[in-house]
Amino acid sequence: MAVYLIGLGKALFIFLFALILLPVNIYLERKGSAFIQDRVGPNRAAILGVRLAGFIHLIADVVKLIFKEMMVPGHVNRWYFMIAPFIGFTFILFAFAVIPWADNLSFGSWNIPMQVADLNGGILFILAVTSLNVYGIVLAGWASNNKFSLLGGLRATAQMVSYEIPLGLSLVGVFMVFQSVHLNEIVRGQGELLFGFLPKWGVFVQPLGFFLFGAAAFAETNRNPFDVAEGESEIVAGYHTEYSGIRFALFYMGEYVAIALAAAMLATLYFGGWQIPWVTTDMLRNNSELALKIMLSLGTVGSFVGLLTMLGFDKKMRGTWPAGDLRNQEGRILGGIAFLLLVAHIAALVFFNGKVFPEWGQSTVAVLAQVAMFTMKTLFFCWVFIWVRWTLPRFRYDQIMRLGWKNLIPISFLNIFVTGLVILLLDSRGG
Amino acid sequence: MPLAEKYSSLFFLFALALAVPTIMVFLAWVTGPRRPGSEKSLPFECGVDPTGNPRRRFGVKFFLVALLFLIFDVETIFIFPWAVLFRELGIFGFIEMSIFLMILLLGLFYAWKKGALEWE
Repeated sequence: MAVYLIGLGKALFIFLFALILLPVNIYLERKGSAFIQDRVGPNRAAILGVRLAGFIHLIADVVKLIFKEMMVPGHVNRWYFMIAPFIGFTFILFAFAVIPWADNLSFGSWNIPMQVADLNGGILFILAVTSLNVYGIVLAGWASNNKFSLLGGLRATAQMVSYEIPLGLSLVGVFMVFQSVHLNEIVRGQGELLFGFLPKWGVFVQPLGFFLFGAAAFAETNRNPFDVAEGESEIVAGYHTEYSGIRFALFYMGEYVAIALAAAMLATLYFGGWQIPWVTTDMLRNNSELALKIMLSLGTVGSFVGLLTMLGFDKKMRGTWPAGDLRNQEGRILGGIAFLLLVAHIAALVFFNGKVFPEWGQSTVAVLAQVAMFTMKTLFFCWVFIWVRWTLPRFRYDQIMRLGWKNLIPISFLNIFVTGLVILLLDSRGG
Repeated sequence: MPLAEKYSSLFFLFALALAVPTIMVFLAWVTGPRRPGSEKSLPFECGVDPTGNPRRRFGVKFFLVALLFLIFDVETIFIFPWAVLFRELGIFGFIEMSIFLMILLLGLFYAWKKGALEWE
């Protein structure tokens, strides 16, 4: 029974992790593009005067899409048309199952791996499940019974299928270095040090592989500079031309979950996953009191800065709106929340001061610190995806196919060869 | 550990991942208006009346890409176990795999020279 409960808890954790990253990604996209193009970005939608700098727009969007008509046009193949968005969303979320977010939680006789399923296949599971996503696009394009949808679906499929090969081949180098396909083993291998000071992260032992994987991941998620699946002047909206309302929203959400997945994979394979650089799990467990104090202090500083920002915001915005408008109170409401967070952090600091943690407490603190690290790395790569989209122009379709087949595949072969050579040389020198 | 216990969490995650779109579609089905119309159910072709068959012929290039993908993806899967056991197989395995990669590259160059990778 306990095993099932733990399984459910872990599934819920990664599910919420992905679902929270989804609005965060959309928010980052809107505000990030505004920042890059020197605009303000969305900031009007409000609940009781609280606008949260545009975050409420996401809630407004979801509500609007849910209350829209769920239209199935007369000319489509109904069944395939209706299941295609499900495939596009469900399998991407399902692929999070093998991503580890911390070292094992171990106390007493328990040793719980912090990933949903401890599969032997490891990353092969992600490759298998995300490639099912192609079916969603093919079905959407074909079932729509529309010229633009069919062409857009074909284009997107051919592109995703082509870039799956460099994606797989660039992973071979990682497997050779860490001798495992198991993501938790790969992350553990990245905890060692190179030359005594550099963390043995994938990006340092596989720099070429990192760029290959990154390029292929951008193409797999159909993101700019590879987003030819849509093109207003050529094929309208590609495979979701005929989709509207909530079904369109599912495709849209699936795209942002895919970004979160790609970012989590980049962080896990090439940037040490949950590893905090130079700090091992044992160090965290043995100094858990100090680790918790550092985390709480960072939280205290963060909420204090938030409080100051909100006070400044309140002072600046006061009187901008007519009297009686709730927006006048926004700075105070948010400042109040920041103040409560500050008090909570200080109270926790005082409460944990001088306490000695039992074994499960030490392990939990280590897990908390590593989850924070993993989240930070994933968020950074989510931002990189958005950054690239609003910085680079898009490729033409023939350029994309040329890059994939004629450049990335030969380079990934070269990467495998050089990696093998270097490992053999180092092994023979080291005995 | 029995299989059911080991993989139960996988099942939970799949159920959760399927529940989100189901609930959203259900909510939209309950709350959304229904106003069908003959204009609405026409295929979208930029406001012009649709012409011709939507399932028209498309470039054979896509079929070629699918074939090449099948070949190279199977080879990629073949390389994975070798990569994991690379250190144990040592120099012999490396030379064997180099020959295999050379043959693969030859195949790629053959397809390249035959023009299978050209998109004009």
